[in-house]
Amino acid sequence: MSKEHLEYLKKEKKNKLVIITSRLLILIIFIVTWELLSKLNLINSFLYSSPSKILNTIIKLINNKELFKHINITLYEVFISFSLSSIIGILIATLLWFNKRLSLIIDPYLTIINSLPKVALGPLIIIWVGASINSIIFMALLISLFTTIINIYSGFNSINKDYIIMFKSFKATKYQIFRYLILPSSLNNIIATLKINISLNLIGVIMGELLVSKQGLGYLIMYGSQVFNLDLVLTSIFILGIISYLMYYLINLINIKSKSLI
Amino acid sequence: MNKVLEIKNLKKIYHSKETETIALKDISFTVYEGEFISIVGPSGCGKSTILSILSNTLDKSSGDIDLNNKKIAYMLQNDCLLSYLTVLDNCLIGLKIQGKVTEEDKNYVINLLNNYALGDFINKYPNSLSGGMKQRVALIRTLALKPDILLLDEPTSALDYQTSLTVSKDISKIIRQEKKTAIMVTHDINQAISMSDKIIVLTKRPATIKSIYNINLSSNNPLDRKKEKDFNDYYEKIWKDLDIYE
Repeated sequence: MSKEHLEYLKKEKKNKLVIITSRLLILIIFIVTWELLSKLNLINSFLYSSPSKILNTIIKLINNKELFKHINITLYEVFISFSLSSIIGILIATLLWFNKRLSLIIDPYLTIINSLPKVALGPLIIIWVGASINSIIFMALLISLFTTIINIYSGFNSINKDYIIMFKSFKATKYQIFRYLILPSSLNNIIATLKINISLNLIGVIMGELLVSKQGLGYLIMYGSQVFNLDLVLTSIFILGIISYLMYYLINLINIKSKSLI
Repeated sequence: MNKVLEIKNLKKIYHSKETETIALKDISFTVYEGEFISIVGPSGCGKSTILSILSNTLDKSSGDIDLNNKKIAYMLQNDCLLSYLTVLDNCLIGLKIQGKVTEEDKNYVINLLNNYALGDFINKYPNSLSGGMKQRVALIRTLALKPDILLLDEPTSALDYQTSLTVSKDISKIIRQEKKTAIMVTHDINQAISMSDKIIVLTKRPATIKSIYNINLSSNNPLDRKKEKDFNDYYEKIWKDLDIYE
């Protein structure tokens, strides 16, 4: 290895180190400042809480076995609605790809439903579906499904026309074009859509829980604000942050795995 | 020589909401076994339309195409390699679609890959190939179907000048060695003269046949052909026929 290359590697390594330490530093400064401000009574810790109070709340929630119950419920709801919207979304996008006329017919409806702020339907959903976990899943589904359909369908349509002509010159059937060209070429787009989908489902579930629930992180936030326990509200938000990061990380892992599959 | 393809009075009209455009009018020509034919013409005149119709990816408006039960395969301008398949699987995709990849087919393709300097890349993915190699793989994918007639649509236009010269040489060599009949569309007169036995010159849109030249040059190697005395004569005649400035 040449001297220049070693120097290049050294520079790259240093660069990476600076980025990682800076990231950590931001977090540490944020936590320490927050804690100090609250300890020195410069901010009202009743309203703004503090890292140590959040830690205490987490420990308390773990001790009375509440924490994982709420996390599990929220995760369960996200899992169900994410799976449903991914499967139904891919199926409908496939159906639309196979039937161009159908896609032209329902196109304006898809756009309208997609742009409608679904939270406005919240009260109706509770009345129609009932004040239960079903309402929450329905809400999340409503928020994520149409974006999934539209993104995956437009991915199917973005394949270079030359490839389709080539498959037609092989006398491929429509099914074969889909199976051997459209689907494998769309894999990256599908994974990217699932990434958006998972955060949309988390938003939907929390929104649903804020409206109607007796369990889950959304419920904890709602309950905390009603009894003015803002430590509880901030703790729930903190845990939500960690969960959404972990979910994003998980989909990224699937992305790397699926690339090695095809 | 045996006739492999006869086209009579081929006509193509494109329809859109505003207007209809006549792309091809009265196109008639005959192709004999083993011939390498080039079609040249002003850009946008409808050269590629002829290939699209012959490959059955576009419907003709009227006219007759007599294929004598010969099999046709189409190679597009874009190499159209699938990034998620290995070089070998890319070459076999056409056969797979038609539902028949035998051991014999597989060996035939592997042999072609080996013969044309792609042996080391059989199990690699297209992203490890250069532009010229990709075009050779695309040609072998077309040959894998064992067609009687190959249709080549501007096979080198996506490549840089130097690569385009070597790919022209490779294509010419491969098609002559495998004893195939070929119809190539190109905008490059030099390429047409250096590769073909016969050149069909089309007029501006609506395209009709302006002239047909039989190319009598002694070498079959495109690079050597360019050094021959008659090369420039052909070039000047065809250039005149194209009427670029009228």
